[in-house]
Amino acid sequence: MGIDSLPAALSVIRPELILAVTALVCLALDLLYKPADKMPCWAVAFFGSLAALASTIASWGTEQEAFSQLVRMDNLSNFFAVIFLMVGLITLCLSDSYVQREGLPAGEYYTLLLISMTGMVFMAQANDLMTVYLGIEIMSIPVYVLVAMMSKSPKSPEAGLKYLLLGGFASAILLFGIALLYGAVGTTQLADILRQAPGALKASDPLFLAGVGLLLVGMGFKVSLVPFHMWTPDAYEGAPTSVTAFMSVAVKAAGFSVLIRVIVLSLSPMAVDWSQIFWWLAVLSMVLGNVVALVQENIKRMLAYSSIAHAGYVLVALTTGTETGIHAALIYLFIYALMNLGAFGVVIAVSREGDQGVEIRDYTGMARKRPLYALAMAVFMFSLAGVPPTAGFIGKFYAFSAAVKAGYVWLAVIGVLMSAVSAYFYLRVLVVMYMKEPEAGAEYSAGPWGAPIGAGVSVSLWVCALSILFLGIWPGWLSHFAQQALQGLTSLL
Amino acid sequence: MEEAIVFPYLRWIPLLPLIGFLINGLGARADLTPARVRRIHWIACLAPFGSFLISVFAFTKLLGLPAEGRLLTDTVFTWIAAGNFTANLTFSLDPLSSVMTLVVTGVGFLIHVYSIGYMHGDGSYSRYFSYLNLFMAMMLVLVLGGNLLLLFLGWEGVGLCSYFLIGFWYEDPEKAYAGLKAFVVNRIGDFGFLLGLFLLFWSLGQKGVWTIEFGSIQEHVHLLSPAVITAVCLLLFMGAMGKSAQIPLYVWLPDAMAGPTPVSALIHAATMVTAGVYMVARMHFLFIASDFAMHWVAWTGAITALFAATIGVCQNDIKKVLAYSTVSQLGYMFVGVGVGAYAAGIFHLMTHAFFKALLFLGAGSVMHAMGNETDIRKMGGLRKKMPWTFWTFIVATLAISGFPPFSGFFSKDEILWQSYSSHFGSTALWAVLWIAAAVTSFYMFRLVFLTFFGEPRDAHLHEHAHESPAVMTVPLALLAVGAAAAGLVGIPASWGFTNLFEHFLEPVVGGLPHGAHVSHAVELLFVGLSIAVAFAGLFLAWWFYLRSRELPERLAGRYARLYDLVYNKYYVDELYDALFVRPIRNLSEKFLWKIFDAGFIDNGLVNGTARFFQRSARSLRRIQVGDVQGYAFAMVVGMLAIIGFLLL
Repeated sequence: MGIDSLPAALSVIRPELILAVTALVCLALDLLYKPADKMPCWAVAFFGSLAALASTIASWGTEQEAFSQLVRMDNLSNFFAVIFLMVGLITLCLSDSYVQREGLPAGEYYTLLLISMTGMVFMAQANDLMTVYLGIEIMSIPVYVLVAMMSKSPKSPEAGLKYLLLGGFASAILLFGIALLYGAVGTTQLADILRQAPGALKASDPLFLAGVGLLLVGMGFKVSLVPFHMWTPDAYEGAPTSVTAFMSVAVKAAGFSVLIRVIVLSLSPMAVDWSQIFWWLAVLSMVLGNVVALVQENIKRMLAYSSIAHAGYVLVALTTGTETGIHAALIYLFIYALMNLGAFGVVIAVSREGDQGVEIRDYTGMARKRPLYALAMAVFMFSLAGVPPTAGFIGKFYAFSAAVKAGYVWLAVIGVLMSAVSAYFYLRVLVVMYMKEPEAGAEYSAGPWGAPIGAGVSVSLWVCALSILFLGIWPGWLSHFAQQALQGLTSLL
Repeated sequence: MEEAIVFPYLRWIPLLPLIGFLINGLGARADLTPARVRRIHWIACLAPFGSFLISVFAFTKLLGLPAEGRLLTDTVFTWIAAGNFTANLTFSLDPLSSVMTLVVTGVGFLIHVYSIGYMHGDGSYSRYFSYLNLFMAMMLVLVLGGNLLLLFLGWEGVGLCSYFLIGFWYEDPEKAYAGLKAFVVNRIGDFGFLLGLFLLFWSLGQKGVWTIEFGSIQEHVHLLSPAVITAVCLLLFMGAMGKSAQIPLYVWLPDAMAGPTPVSALIHAATMVTAGVYMVARMHFLFIASDFAMHWVAWTGAITALFAATIGVCQNDIKKVLAYSTVSQLGYMFVGVGVGAYAAGIFHLMTHAFFKALLFLGAGSVMHAMGNETDIRKMGGLRKKMPWTFWTFIVATLAISGFPPFSGFFSKDEILWQSYSSHFGSTALWAVLWIAAAVTSFYMFRLVFLTFFGEPRDAHLHEHAHESPAVMTVPLALLAVGAAAAGLVGIPASWGFTNLFEHFLEPVVGGLPHGAHVSHAVELLFVGLSIAVAFAGLFLAWWFYLRSRELPERLAGRYARLYDLVYNKYYVDELYDALFVRPIRNLSEKFLWKIFDAGFIDNGLVNGTARFFQRSARSLRRIQVGDVQGYAFAMVVGMLAIIGFLLL
């Protein structure tokens, strides 16, 4: 289906083009406007992302390759693009007042966010290892900067630097893996790799196998699987909270989009091998993420470990290498995006200038003072813990039942047990909010939750909370779209 | 069997009180304005009245059908469907449930009305009436349920309401405890009942018939072995012993008098406690198939009848006397159904509903007048002060003691006669009941004489005594009409009339299993003996409590041991306490709670798991030291492991 006319080729990457142009406009506006009124930047970024989302939704159902098969638009790429753009839009809503309050350079902030989203959409559309690499870099470099952006706090630049160093390390590993693969099979095209994989496997070509291993490491870093997760707590804690929210869901989803495309689909002939590696990575991530989260006092750090565990749950579904498994992973990523964004939204709403008020004890007695935020947080925590009727339960249900169907019973058992462990640290937030009295005279009891946080945060909280309840009760809708996203790809399995 | 006729109004009989319950239960407000009070009791009373009207309508419709085809059904929806087993939410009305429905809604409605006066000014007015309505709904589900599952639902539902209402004034720990006791004792019976249900369901299923509908159980009962039938019957009867307060599970009923008096009248006299009798009659096809079960039921009833009656003699609390009397009369009913005279048992159930409800409401009226005093030794001479209460009480007493032509005479006499003449009866059985009848007459007139005759023993209380308002006395009068005349529908055939009641029920429970043929002359002789014994009780009570009043004390002094034994209710409560309550409590507290639960489960399993994870978390977090070199090292280790795995 290769098309060579330029307009047709450009229509395949239309969302990326919209995002990139919007990013440039933002940058230009930043130069033109005085620092006092940066509002146009936000609006431009918002409507640009909205347009990209509309463009993606409009091309739902089309299947096209372009630029010498470097990119490929299909329902799977569209599904992921919808997740990225949805996350982007909600992040923008969460950012507006936060950026003003923390005095972040708004123009650069929104520009970097948009460029990062551009990279993500490229990742979702990658049909060639070169596109994979380019996408990852376009996504990552802006995020490194975003993490380090809160220069007032010493933690933020440190986090950015750590993330940059380790990210560079992981990129190098990934690139080296691509080089080895190219050396083994002479191509970077995913379709060609799929065609040549059986031969390479038969010969047990060490170049090929090592290349795959290095690819796994590079992608495992992006989705923060144990043992490639070490940067996560530091980066999540130090980054501006809105950036943490964005990273924890969008970057992770983007990482999974290439993991699914490259490993699960294009390397399906060697599923026997990588599924065992997935098994271990999933178990390690679930155990370490959930167990270490138990003792965290900082809610951003707690959610960082929680995100490691959730990457483990997604990997449980992918370990199966079946259509049901990928289907479950797509559903999980969508739901996880909503609930994690919501949780970070509450963190933003509750925090004070200088990223204060992010310790769990700062939530003491919050239910009295801000009952609606507490209620929303309760929904997100229940959902993250996987309690029905929230969507989090549906996500876990699909993931674990896919594992059981494929015969990975023990993996599902470990997953369920670790979910039980996770209930402790999620529900602890509820206990603190609902069952503890605010300490008299403590700094935070003076009304830390009274600061104006802008309508955007409230709106996104309610959108997330209601969507979670909606998907928890009527999951068929999401399941239907996830099923469509896999159409035409299952023949690869 | 003829096809049942669909009668879609049936569902409204239990539904109306349920709606009343929801309105009053959910709409409860703390501040009771007179307008709210009126709204509460209007809703609460109209609901059972509506049910009563539908019941009457259904009853007339039933009468219009040929005797063999008297069955109305109303299927609301399919409740459970699993494989070839389905359970529908079906209400069905046959002559047996029609009698029960009329009694429950009719007597129930009057008691609701009476409650308006009795509960006037209570802070939990709305809660009271919502519970009462819920009880009505559950009782009607019990009697109208077309299958065992619905019967069980109602059975548990009325038990729950009974618990709510006994402990209605829960601020008083003694009353709350009485509610708890009723619940726990009933659970013991219900445990057996449930086992019986399972056994019946499972053993029929083993024969390929998965059903809980009464009709199809009856059709397939021949598939079961006699041993299974006996076991099922005894287990089901265990439930009846709890619910209908038979030995050994009767102990909760006297304590249940802690509830408001109209509750005692409705639940603990007229309706709920008779559920066991209804259940045995409903399952008659099972019981009749087991001689052992029949004898067991009859003898349990007879012994309970005499045992409880003797306790009644020495009680000084007006409600306690009536409570033991109820236990005793329930014993009579079980003798009736236990000797196969189902119609007679249900007949006594109906007449008893009238006269015992009347007695309780009369007692309530007296308590109302005496500032909630219940000790009959402080009463006396109320005859003039409360003429309505007095005369209706007299009617009820004559009825329960078995004076013709009051209702109790006919029903009790029928049971007495059947206990002798039936296939399952014997002279011994009859003799026990006959003595119990004498005791009944004695303790009832003792109650009447001490309460209403003689001189006032407490001048202060007497001074303030007054007749109750019309909202209470009118229900008394209506019930008195029933207590006096309800027996006329069941005049025995030997008197030359047709026994209408027996004929009405015959299609459901079958004819009487007659023993040896006995002449009418003998039957009339037994009627004479019954009447004689009623008069004997009256005479003795008069002699003891009106003529030579020092006699009871003298006798009590002379036979002090015997008197103490009976006065203390044969020490049954103390016995149970020593045998069951305290050992179980000790086991629960000292071992199950403190050692097993707190020590092993809580501290070992639950906290142990938590401690394990806390410790693991503390050691695992140390990996995260913060320097990038360490992080990169972890990645390298992971990378080497993966490549190693793939290459090797």
